[in-house]
Amino acid sequence: MSFDNAYEAITEQNDARWAFGTGFDSPLSGVDSELPEGVDRADLATYSLMLADDALVVSHRLQQWCTHAPELEEEVALANIALDLLGQARMLYTRAGQAEGGDRAEDDYAYFRTESEFGNVRLAELDQPDFAVLVATLLVFTTWRLALLQRMTGSRDPVLAAIAAKGIKEVTYHRDYAAQWVVRLGDGTDYSRQRMRDALEAVWPYVDELFATHPVERRMAEAGVGADPASLRDECAAVFGTVLESATLEVPQVSPRAGVAGRAGRHGVHTESMGYLIAELQAVARAHPEATW
Amino acid sequence: MSGQAGDRGDASGAQWPLYEVFVRSKRGLNHVHVGSLRAADERMALHHARDVYTRRNEGVSIWVVAAADITASSPDEKDPFFAPSGDKVYRHPTFYDIPDDVPHM
Amino acid sequence: MTTTEPDRSELERQFEDTIGRDQRIEPRDWMPDGYRSTLVRQIAQHAHSEIIGMQPEANWITRAPSLRRKAILLAKVQDEAGHGLYLYSATESLGADRSELTGKLISGKQKYSSIFNYPTLTFADVGVIGWLVDGAAICNQVPLCRCSYGPYARAMIRICKEESFHQRQGYELLMTMMHGTQGQRRMVQEATDRWWWPSLMMFGPPDADSPNTAQSMAWKIKRHTNDELRQRFVDMTVPQAEALGVTLPDPHLRWNAERGRYDFGEIDWTEFTAVIKGNGPCNAQRVAQRRRAHEEGSWVREAAAAHAEKQRALRQVRPGEGAA
Repeated sequence: MSFDNAYEAITEQNDARWAFGTGFDSPLSGVDSELPEGVDRADLATYSLMLADDALVVSHRLQQWCTHAPELEEEVALANIALDLLGQARMLYTRAGQAEGGDRAEDDYAYFRTESEFGNVRLAELDQPDFAVLVATLLVFTTWRLALLQRMTGSRDPVLAAIAAKGIKEVTYHRDYAAQWVVRLGDGTDYSRQRMRDALEAVWPYVDELFATHPVERRMAEAGVGADPASLRDECAAVFGTVLESATLEVPQVSPRAGVAGRAGRHGVHTESMGYLIAELQAVARAHPEATW
Repeated sequence: MSGQAGDRGDASGAQWPLYEVFVRSKRGLNHVHVGSLRAADERMALHHARDVYTRRNEGVSIWVVAAADITASSPDEKDPFFAPSGDKVYRHPTFYDIPDDVPHM
Repeated sequence: MTTTEPDRSELERQFEDTIGRDQRIEPRDWMPDGYRSTLVRQIAQHAHSEIIGMQPEANWITRAPSLRRKAILLAKVQDEAGHGLYLYSATESLGADRSELTGKLISGKQKYSSIFNYPTLTFADVGVIGWLVDGAAICNQVPLCRCSYGPYARAMIRICKEESFHQRQGYELLMTMMHGTQGQRRMVQEATDRWWWPSLMMFGPPDADSPNTAQSMAWKIKRHTNDELRQRFVDMTVPQAEALGVTLPDPHLRWNAERGRYDFGEIDWTEFTAVIKGNGPCNAQRVAQRRRAHEEGSWVREAAAAHAEKQRALRQVRPGEGAA
């Protein structure tokens, strides 16, 4: 490779790995985006947004870890998870836009909705003050999401089914990552064991909310489009039990964190830290509403 | 783990052992050495190798081997300097203290 | 370890021959101490630069104004972590030890590229870093793909491939912004004004003040002088700036038909020296953040090591049984 034509030498090769820019095949290309018959458009849009918001908000928390990870290899691993979830969010926002039938696209949902319009579960938005809380949150979130996506591969909506099929491969990997770390920290040193135990105590009050069925989730489950989260509880509990046993830890015995008049994340009623997350996410986009990026 | 892979005490947390990574990028090809990484155990090494060296391309086969477990030949059979010839993959045993300098990047 | 006194001049002759034939030196080859220490220092500084260089860009990941830009930026910063790992891996093939190198970085004993001591103040900085900083890095790094030390050359080939994407995404972002609002165009120009001169400083001091260049070139670690590479970068970048529609902040910048190259103004070497000495806008912050991540991660690394040790002990007691 001579210096003079080095540019050509390094740019001629098409590296498909870099699959985030323009001009790449959408993971959903070839999937019929027609709405399945008899499915309520508004419900499908709301449901897609809930699942998108879960992914975007967890991705955001992972992005905040960038350059703070305990080891360089973990930087790469955490960024991978953040990228996968961001990718899931983007597809789901796009599906919400199609279901809605208007002209809203992914960025309209991510950047121009208010905090109370976000329907993610509160677990997704929890502050991540240390690595133990991060892996505890990830273990719970990925276990739950994997169970959900597995049900959704049979969705009557071909787009959600395709998103789920792709997501399963990703989230299986994320869950494996989180589970391995919970085991390492639980079984590692006395100190790490205590921190892992504290982290589980901090996260566990938000577990119950994952299995509370929102009316839209119930209707989507009945329509054969989505999964009723209540039906995932036993399956998830079994996974938690297995992982925590390997980690020589126990499932925390804590009471669920209440919502407000029975409403929580899915209803747009969030924790206080959510407002800061949304402010950070949206600041630049909202400062330049006419801009294209 | 201590004593493996040229580990030294790390003032700020244990340093994980070094693993060498070999990747078969597609069927029909040999595994090729692509570099190394540090991991606490084999399972973590595999996970990291997939993340760092293949960015999780599917269909790729990865081997990880603890660097301390590799026996390497000497590049020169007559080489008298580093007998015996069966040795670690990297022969330089000690770290070189590097004088401070202005970066030239 | 050795009983026979080695014939040093013979080893040195073989080493010189290998370099002379443009062949690669590999980890187990004999090499002069100076060659080894020069490489360890250079590759370590390069690795540190990749890792510290994540910070100014990571500063904008959570605020990226579109999901597509967010994904691109996150993937880019992730690549930089990967590049740091490839390079630390190359230093370890020379007998260096990553934790010791990290120790030198966070104690300020080893440097990294001075460019990363400048702040990223608007989202346009993300584009300008891709265009100018990655562009300058590519000029510096492409010749390193032919470096005489095999593991370094191989790492650089991988890195250069990925860097070319980085530069293109940066330029594409700027193009999009220049076609956007008046406010966006102002952001791009303002970011260009801030990053242009620091980018030229990335090539290091002028040749006359770069005493190590001659030896590095003889060893084929380095293939071009600082000033050659800097000129190459200016010649490459001026037409790109014109195509973009931004002005480079140098009144002396003009085409010299006689030389067939661009003339450009004098770099502020006082500022360069100040930044190198640790007094740049962000030196303290960058090193402190890296130190914090490393120190706060120590209990996690220790836990993983302790768990691995327990598993190993279990396997010795009960051979054949799988470990978690």
